Amino acid sequence: MDAITVEHITKKYGDVLALNDVSFTVGKGELFGLIGPDGAGKSTLFRILTTLLLADKGKGTVAGHPIVNEYKEIRKKVGYMPGRFSLYQDLSIEENLSFFATIFGTTVEDNYDLIKDIYVQIEPFKKRLAGKLSGGMKQKLALCCALIHKPEVLFLDEPTTGVDAVSRVEFWDMLKKLKTKGIAILVSTPYMDEATLCDRIALIQNGEILKIDSPQQMISNFEKPLFSINSTETYRLLNYLRVQNFTESVLPFGENLHLITNEPYEASQIEYHLKIAGFSDNTAKTIQPTVEDIFLDISQPVN
Amino acid sequence: MFKIFKAFVKKELYHIIRDKRTLIILFGIPIVQVLLFGYAVSTEFKDASIDVLDYAKDETSIQLIQHIQSSGHFTLNKVLTSEADIESGFKEGNVALVMVIPKDFSSDFYGNNPLTIQLIADGSDPNKANTLVQYTTRLIQSFQKNKLQQIENPFLITVEDRMLYNPQLISAYNFIPGTIAFILLIISAMLTSLAITREKELGTMEILLVSPLPPLLIILGKVTPYALLSFIDAILVLIIGHFVFKVPLLGSLILLLLCCLLYVILALSLGIFISTKAKTQQQAMLTSMMGLMLPTMILSGFIFPFSSMPQVLQVIGSIVVPATYFIEILKAVMLRGVGFQSVVIEIAILLGMTIVLLALALKNFKIRLE
Amino acid sequence: MNTPFAIEVDKLTKRFGDFIAVNAITFKVKKGEIFGFLGANGAGKTTAIKMLIGLSKPTEGMGKIAGFNVDTEPEKIKKNIGYMSQKFSLYDDLTVVENIQFYGGIYGLSRKKIKEKTTEILEELELTEVSKSLVISLPLGWKQRLAFAISMVHDPEIVFLDEPTGGVDPRVRRQFWETIYQVAEKGRTVFVTTHYMDEAEYCDRVSIMVAGKIEALDTPHNLKQQFEATSMDEVFLKLAR
Repeated sequence: MDAITVEHITKKYGDVLALNDVSFTVGKGELFGLIGPDGAGKSTLFRILTTLLLADKGKGTVAGHPIVNEYKEIRKKVGYMPGRFSLYQDLSIEENLSFFATIFGTTVEDNYDLIKDIYVQIEPFKKRLAGKLSGGMKQKLALCCALIHKPEVLFLDEPTTGVDAVSRVEFWDMLKKLKTKGIAILVSTPYMDEATLCDRIALIQNGEILKIDSPQQMISNFEKPLFSINSTETYRLLNYLRVQNFTESVLPFGENLHLITNEPYEASQIEYHLKIAGFSDNTAKTIQPTVEDIFLDISQPVN
Repeated sequence: MFKIFKAFVKKELYHIIRDKRTLIILFGIPIVQVLLFGYAVSTEFKDASIDVLDYAKDETSIQLIQHIQSSGHFTLNKVLTSEADIESGFKEGNVALVMVIPKDFSSDFYGNNPLTIQLIADGSDPNKANTLVQYTTRLIQSFQKNKLQQIENPFLITVEDRMLYNPQLISAYNFIPGTIAFILLIISAMLTSLAITREKELGTMEILLVSPLPPLLIILGKVTPYALLSFIDAILVLIIGHFVFKVPLLGSLILLLLCCLLYVILALSLGIFISTKAKTQQQAMLTSMMGLMLPTMILSGFIFPFSSMPQVLQVIGSIVVPATYFIEILKAVMLRGVGFQSVVIEIAILLGMTIVLLALALKNFKIRLE
Repeated sequence: MNTPFAIEVDKLTKRFGDFIAVNAITFKVKKGEIFGFLGANGAGKTTAIKMLIGLSKPTEGMGKIAGFNVDTEPEKIKKNIGYMSQKFSLYDDLTVVENIQFYGGIYGLSRKKIKEKTTEILEELELTEVSKSLVISLPLGWKQRLAFAISMVHDPEIVFLDEPTGGVDPRVRRQFWETIYQVAEKGRTVFVTTHYMDEAEYCDRVSIMVAGKIEALDTPHNLKQQFEATSMDEVFLKLAR
């Protein structure tokens, strides 16, 4: 039995289509990533699956229960970490945790083994008010609170947004461990570089799922010729490449430019061409795409 | 279930204790308000300055002036010599009242001839002017009675006016019930609506909803602490009223407290109802202010007497505003000392309002967002 | 002013009582450079920037922005820099044109100049069609570029961008960086603060601040080599640990 099934879910806010015919499944013990920019519809989907919103069309199940009729059962079995930090800022770490344990009808002691690894990291500060914690510690506390009742399915809506790089890495390590305990995790993130840490991912934009696969499969299935080009005159080079016939798309990637050509070339051919065009110090190499390259390739242009 | 409820109440108390703003609203405002109404807004006065234009300058007129001074309410500012001086005192702002005693005061007074004492007050503050004139009139009447009784004139008819239940027209008797009604409504309704909308804004409401908690428990857990604290507030105001402003409590204390409880529940239902409609704390605050505070202050007869309101407002005030009935009950129980039978209609109306509001609030409390 | 530097900072320090928020930072930014000023939350970035834009007096040290001293000439600095914060500082309930006119007015531009600027910004950002729409109705990416353009309405030498890309739409982000490149190409200096390390890769040079001090300063390429890292994220991780 799948932990989450989503079938043809559609949701409108007035005229705006927040979700358009979304379908996927998440297996038991799977870490499934919903990857897409702000406004793609990720939070809306989370709220529908956590029974907070009703979809206009389509159906779904969570932990085997249909999301509309058996919402009460689902509420007992899921842990949910909303997009914003949603704990009581004026309660301490300890007080927050024991409050959430109590409302789920359990105690911190009963389920301590599940949160132990995470909780020991914030335990030295347990008397501190949640509002006074750093982003990383807040996030750990929120995860503890979402786990305290041993949920079967965990919903994490953008847990790493606004969190520093060190804490982000630690957070993904924690998710890996939780997965081994059989908990299914649906996590959303706008950071494309986090995609490779998931078992499977769905790329989502403007309420539509563009692609679903494991990140490795997605990368090896990418067939277009892709080059990374470095030059000291990045901006001029960008403008030059943009109007060439062989260019399918060219976009800045940090200090480099990523170029997709409409026909296969050798990197040396590109380099040579650019040298002749006056970019004497450029280097070009063929690269494997990142999930970001794939997203940019299949997503719609903004505006 | 009870354990969960307890945890909820505990959490709510932490919020209250740790938030200075809530504490100030809870305990600062009621105390300040009672004292403000007590001392500043009071229609009583002490040591009003009075000028006298005494055309008589005889023994009786001097006795009258002394009588008025000895009341403790007035101090003599100046004895004027001509009519032209009357206005100067008002203009300088140091005189509240001018009394003009006619010529031949003594002989007319004892000769039982009609005589007129003129009282001139500053009409730009009509309430104060009225009160001053009333006080002075009564002082003059009592003077007349004292003097003329001594020579036993059987034909003398004195007009005796007595203010029932509040013989000295002490304004505390009016404002203490009013303040209790006002504070209970604001504290209960505003704070509960703020507390619930705050969870919406924080996003914690999402987590509470995605938990096995029944909505009713969420509501009860949130409002119980406020119900308790509002009740403490009510008692606090009663104590201040009783000991600082000497408002009597003639009726049953238990009946009074039970009525307070009913009113608190009514106010809480209002608060919950507001919070089901408002999405942000700001909205909740505005709704409570405009929708509750103003009508309660203006239309309940608390500050402005009912009889001086336009008829439309009177009707609105007496039908819709719950404080109107509650103030009636409080006055009846505290000042008149009546029992349950005399306030049963008001209680029934409040009960009806509570049931309707509670039903509305529960019906509108959503099990999902949106 | 003949120096090739738009920003020169020498041992700039800010103390709050015993706490040293900014500890003797020293760096120079060339004219026309895109300089990334990185650091985790609480590393002292905000305090440092406040000193640079003349909002806070340094306790010690020297700083020159566009040739003006941060300690003694803060008013002149304010006239010669543009500043765009995270929240864009646009008025949602004014139209695109009204926003441009308002900010032009604050910087004391003549009516003629404001008119010129309005046309220029509208054309460059391709916003002419929506010039009479309320800002609230624009997509995030447009708002961002409009705010950026407006922060330069008075043609400052240096623009400060404080955490400019809050949202992380990969397309919007690239579009915005292209606008930044364009501005730098014209000789304007762009000073960007961010705690998103991957943004840093777009800058010409970056400094990384840890606990009040600048711990690293170089091109992203050199920093990655120096720390044997594949991304700026890794560089930062190694520095922070």
